[in-house]
Amino acid sequence: MADIAFLLLIFFLVTTTIDVDTGIGLVLPPPVEETDIVKMDPDRIIKVLVNAAGDVLINDELASLPQIHEIVANKLRTRAKMIVSIKTDRETPYNIYISALDEIKQAYTALREEYSMQTFGLPLKEITKEQMEQVRENVRQSISIAEPERTR
Amino acid sequence: MKFKKKQASTKQNIPMASLPDIIFMLLIFFMVTTVLREFDIKVQYTLPSATEIEKIDNKRIVSYIWVGQDGRVQIDDNIVLIPEIQNIAKKKRQEIPQVIMSLRVDKGSRMGIVTDIQQQLRKGDALRINYSALQKL
Repeated sequence: MADIAFLLLIFFLVTTTIDVDTGIGLVLPPPVEETDIVKMDPDRIIKVLVNAAGDVLINDELASLPQIHEIVANKLRTRAKMIVSIKTDRETPYNIYISALDEIKQAYTALREEYSMQTFGLPLKEITKEQMEQVRENVRQSISIAEPERTR
Repeated sequence: MKFKKKQASTKQNIPMASLPDIIFMLLIFFMVTTVLREFDIKVQYTLPSATEIEKIDNKRIVSYIWVGQDGRVQIDDNIVLIPEIQNIAKKKRQEIPQVIMSLRVDKGSRMGIVTDIQQQLRKGDALRINYSALQKL
């Protein structure tokens, strides 16, 4: 009897999955007054505009969604401390926005991978926590969600 | 032949050997039937998928905002209006200072509603957000 009870207990322990929330994390900027808006050197900003049809404009050049990570990664390589600014139309579907954000994240991951290979000679998956911290410190993600033009 | 009435040669106790088994069975029964705090989701939504997703380890600091296909917004167990989010976010921030607002938005929603929610969250000072997404295969 006890054996059966244990068997059942173990079975349920093994098969139970606690669902974890997964997603793309971001930190919103604190609310700003009109006067607080800081002008940035336009060369340091990579502007990614996404319209309702899923067309993408990167620094005034037309592109498509799957191209974003390559273009953004190339631009990030040319200069340090670049800021990626993403702006969407009010009518843009949410999944297109998520794809665009994902593409930008992919560009950063590619850069981190390169940095890791150069400094430690190991891919990102094999480095230690301290090394990961260093990678994060040196290839810092700066994704900015552009101030919307009109809101309720 | 001797006939002797067998009586009270042993003490008539309830056998205790099976007690732990009963307790185990009960334990298992409750383990299986217990549902951890789940929300009653009143909106219909399908999450978008992405490749670069992260896991949130600490579930206690997460608070969810659902946005359904029809554009209704749900927080905790209530359907809320967008201008109300500000105060709710403020309250959440006071309860848990490091709160992460996880946005579970239907993939077909318009960005307008997401932007409005984000503006409300900014005003409510709940700045850590998470766009809930599934792993893209």
